[in-house]
Amino acid sequence: MTQSAILPAKGPADRLTALFWRHPRVLLALLLTPPLLWLGVVYLGSLAALLLQSFYSIDEFSGVVRQEFTLKTYGELLRPSNFDILVRTVSMAAAVTLACAVLAFPIAYYAARYARGHWKAAFYLGVMLPLWSSYLVKVYAWKLILAKEGILGWAAAQTHTSWIIDGLLSIPGLEGSSLSTSPLGTFMVFVYIWLPYMILPMQAALERVPNSMLEASADLGATRAQTFRTVILPLALPGVIAGSIFTFSLTLGDYIIPQIIGNSANFIGMAVYQLQGTAGNIPLAAAFAVVPILIMLVYLGLARRMGAFDAL
Amino acid sequence: MRSDRSPLSLRAAAIGGLLFLHLPILLIFLYAFTTEERSFQFPPPGLTTRWFATAWFDRPDIWPPLYLSLKVAAISTSIALVLGTLVAAAMTRTAFFGRDQISLLILLPIALPGVITGMALRSAFGIMDIPFSTWTIVLGHATFCIVIVFNNAVARMRRLSGGIMEASADLGANGFQTLRYILLPNLGSALLAGGMLAFALSFDEVIVTTFTAGQQSTLPIWMLNELVRPRQRPVTNVVAIVVFAATFFPILAAYYLTRGGSETAGMGK
Repeated sequence: MTQSAILPAKGPADRLTALFWRHPRVLLALLLTPPLLWLGVVYLGSLAALLLQSFYSIDEFSGVVRQEFTLKTYGELLRPSNFDILVRTVSMAAAVTLACAVLAFPIAYYAARYARGHWKAAFYLGVMLPLWSSYLVKVYAWKLILAKEGILGWAAAQTHTSWIIDGLLSIPGLEGSSLSTSPLGTFMVFVYIWLPYMILPMQAALERVPNSMLEASADLGATRAQTFRTVILPLALPGVIAGSIFTFSLTLGDYIIPQIIGNSANFIGMAVYQLQGTAGNIPLAAAFAVVPILIMLVYLGLARRMGAFDAL
Repeated sequence: MRSDRSPLSLRAAAIGGLLFLHLPILLIFLYAFTTEERSFQFPPPGLTTRWFATAWFDRPDIWPPLYLSLKVAAISTSIALVLGTLVAAAMTRTAFFGRDQISLLILLPIALPGVITGMALRSAFGIMDIPFSTWTIVLGHATFCIVIVFNNAVARMRRLSGGIMEASADLGANGFQTLRYILLPNLGSALLAGGMLAFALSFDEVIVTTFTAGQQSTLPIWMLNELVRPRQRPVTNVVAIVVFAATFFPILAAYYLTRGGSETAGMGK
């Protein structure tokens, strides 16, 4: 006499499990629908709204948004005063990215190749904490540092080096009564705030450079400098580019830092903020906001070609 | 021959860089105790603790923004936890058409500058005539918090061996029992870490918020106003310390929760 296996009673949960097992796509669809609805409707929907608004224009007399397709608003971006804003923002982003790459390299290199055990953890936390800690608090800290009567001015006076700061502040284009009202101050704060975003991908790329390659390079008679130039740098480049995506993009869009520190020259983010707020010119604000998207799309395309996404 | 000891100049530059990243924040603490309230004079002419009392008792304008920030961060984190975990589960299970596009879509809200997310939401509210409320702030925050939860959950799921899920099924558990007894306990600390990071990010966010808040004031917006039009500067420092602590401790806790990975079951092989 054969006896069938003793199986527990089947409930609806078991039937659903069987359905998911036979048709994995059903489960996949169930898992993906809520998040994709959110991101699709809220985020992509908003981006579409942004694009739509940028093709509207504002009636110069009544100040009412005219909801008809026009390229007039984009044309306004080319006005000298607006075009200056674009050029200023892009050059600042490029300068900040370069400075971050230079400053980040020793930290990333040391953390990747020499730091071990506790030091490794300390370096990791040492970069993560400033990256995550409050953005506004960090900007505020620099306001304290760069103010005329602040710690930097005090240190310069104590060491009789105030002439360096005064000299820098008298360079045309960098003028200001103190570093906190000079474009140089804006630049320094940008570099400080975005530096951790450069260190992390750079360190990840450097950690993947095999030691054996450095040994081979040394065996073949390369000096440290040659090894650095011909082995380490090309292999670390994807990491540098990955980091530069962050520093470049974040600088392009920021409007808090130039508002608090610097000579209140306009940047893209500030223009967007002012136009949508007090000026009420949403179409032009939207057109301004589309510019960083276009720049970043080109930038991401180039970065992808250079293999930067493998380093993220 | 390559020595394993680092050159002194490199070590100095590396440690100098780390100090550069940390020392400015200490100044915030120092200036919370200064007796000078109109300028950022260094060194402070005198030290006092009265600003903490002032912030607590005499500045009722601090409390509503604090409540709003806590409320927004709590709601956004909850939404992000659900949505982020769902995407992470879908992305680790199978390869499917459009997978790369979806990971790009999740990443986009933090890869593009915040001003774009903010302006995009602002345009959408404008077109659809949606009035500003707590929920308009939450819409923005939850969107960029999803990726934080997603990153933490996906990293843990990749480390989780598929074997324990199969073992659970072999032992007769249905999908929901596996979720309850196997998957969630293993994901727990990663989700906690992701949730805390998302909370910290939302609590501190200012760029997107200025576009989605209208006349409302979250704590970072309150701080921004104080930076532009200062009144009792040391009180701003006291609030800055609170904001700093609200982001600092979650990060530290998240680091210890997700460190290593040896605690994850199914790592034996």
